[in-house]
Amino acid sequence: MSQLAPLPLVASLLDAPLPDSGITWLDAARRENREAFAAGGLPDTRVEAWKYTALRALAQRSFASGDANAQTRAVDPSILALPGVDGPRLVFVNGVFRADLSALDSVPAGLTLQPLSQALQGDPEPLRFALSRHYRETGDAFARINAASADDGVVLRVDANVKVVTPVQLLFVGAAAEVDLAWHARNVIELGEGAELTLVEQHVGSGEQVHLATLVSDIELREGARLHHIVLQNAAIGANLIRRSGLRLHALAQATLHVLELGGALVRHDLQAELIGDGAQLDTRGVFMPHGRQHIDTQLAIRHQALNTTSSSNWRGVANDRARGVFRGAIVVAPGADGSDASLSNKNLLLSPSAEIDTKPELEIHADEVKAAHGATVGQLDERSLFYLRSRGIPQAEARALLTAAFCRAVLDDLPNEALREHLSAMLVAQLPG
Amino acid sequence: MSMLKIENLHARVEGKEILKGLSLTVNAGEVHAIMGPNGAGKSTLGNVLSGRDGYEVTAGSVIYNGIDLLALEPEARAAAGVFLAFQYPVEIPGVNNTYFLRAAFNAQRKARGEKEFDSMQFLKLVREKLKVMQISDELLHRAVNEGFSGGEKKRNEIFQMAVLEPQLAILDETDSGLDIDALKQVAQGVNTLRSPDRAFLMITHYQRLLDYVVPDFVHVLADGRIVESGDKSLALKLEEHGYAGIGEGAAA
Repeated sequence: MSQLAPLPLVASLLDAPLPDSGITWLDAARRENREAFAAGGLPDTRVEAWKYTALRALAQRSFASGDANAQTRAVDPSILALPGVDGPRLVFVNGVFRADLSALDSVPAGLTLQPLSQALQGDPEPLRFALSRHYRETGDAFARINAASADDGVVLRVDANVKVVTPVQLLFVGAAAEVDLAWHARNVIELGEGAELTLVEQHVGSGEQVHLATLVSDIELREGARLHHIVLQNAAIGANLIRRSGLRLHALAQATLHVLELGGALVRHDLQAELIGDGAQLDTRGVFMPHGRQHIDTQLAIRHQALNTTSSSNWRGVANDRARGVFRGAIVVAPGADGSDASLSNKNLLLSPSAEIDTKPELEIHADEVKAAHGATVGQLDERSLFYLRSRGIPQAEARALLTAAFCRAVLDDLPNEALREHLSAMLVAQLPG
Repeated sequence: MSMLKIENLHARVEGKEILKGLSLTVNAGEVHAIMGPNGAGKSTLGNVLSGRDGYEVTAGSVIYNGIDLLALEPEARAAAGVFLAFQYPVEIPGVNNTYFLRAAFNAQRKARGEKEFDSMQFLKLVREKLKVMQISDELLHRAVNEGFSGGEKKRNEIFQMAVLEPQLAILDETDSGLDIDALKQVAQGVNTLRSPDRAFLMITHYQRLLDYVVPDFVHVLADGRIVESGDKSLALKLEEHGYAGIGEGAAA
């Protein structure tokens, strides 16, 4: 639909000059995606994927693109540390790579880890496929602007049959600035055949500044590769954070995802997984806990495209105050993906009468001998359980917190890194009322 | 002063009057059995005393150690020493039994202005109680009541009681659904906890629990009131003749 005057958000994002890489195909792709964004604008709630996430308020804001002072912003070192995680680390502050905060001296053999800004100065050809993508739908507005504007991010590659033992930490920090900032980061991750990696992705922030960040990640798992991806989203309370992860699993590849969505004002994550090789396995688990006036939207789209592929998704939502949670889990078992097994569960708790969670499991099966199960519930804390705890002397607020934490922890129970699991559990509890 | 003095208690559930003028006095050290047919109001009494939502007291009073028990929140009643062993203990997935019990134990101590126990102190206490109650420590490592058999759930209630050391323990049909071995174990647990400072209110439908936990007093609850009181021989009489005709003798 044409607009007489573009929305402030769109106008401000288009106001930023395109990065100039000097790489012909990349600059062309950036231009085309920017034109698509200019023409398509933002999706409204008539677009199915954005039905429960209205961008009206965000669209009225303007953001300055890029942070000229990102290299010198003070960052509290305590937010870099994570229990159970002590390996190579890449840190981005307001979208800009910070060598001084990163740890790249302990990168093991067979692991390539560098910021996109550096990778492009070398041989950009391996990045060509990922970075010359076009996004076709209006619903992809943020992927378009990301493709046009992102000039930094993570390039990570694990060579075939290399098992990286120490977890790799990717940290995206939103630091307070003088103006409302927009920044964009692009990650390209590939695990070679039989490679193994644990990746911890963190979004943190400080202060109450408003910003808009987009992050697009492409993750390719070659035959038999194994990835354990942990996402800890605890962005600043003013953060608008739009992430999109594209995950492709070749034959016998395995990906396990643990996601904790705690922070931010408006948070959206699209996880699009394609199981393209026989026997590929995907396991996603997550908790989203909006409170105050937060809005957290998770959209899973899982496609089984090969024989005997397995996906299991187990997500829990807890909304308090006037917060809103959105969860959509769409699973497609494509023709020919016979013998596949897909399960999806999303259970939600409302802790306040003004909180809302919209959940929508969708299952489409076009293959034979498929096992599939899905279910979604929205409820309140069980009164009988509450009374049981109170009758033993546990005060009401504490009893509610205890039951809520138990509800959430169920999806973190199988996280093998105990120190990290304890930390995530403590973060959950810290987010609870009372 | 008696520990518990219930006078002319009237209570409603969903608008229906269940307790219709119940009076009962319990002193420290005594074991009282409350018996009666289904629908007499036995479980309502336990729920009103422990403060469950949905029970509306319309008349009468409950004085516990000189205070108005009905004015207290459930957690405050627990901290004051009232314990209800549930007829249907609740399963709480994701909450470890030991963690739960320590949270309860410390919350009660905190409410009473006593020092909380750290995990080492608490573990020591729990081990002592396990030994006395002859309960396997396997129960400790599981989530609260999750996947427990009927007998395990009831034993877990008695174990919680042993750790929390209440002054007034209300056992709501703790014998129901137990086979004879489990019943004996539960009864032994209760007997172990009998003391001059502690009183028990045992709500039961059947006489058989009273073979193992011998009460000082037996009361028959029918249609929301205590209609007859006596010693343990009353329970035997009920066993023989059923509830038909009970109370009529008192009225005659």
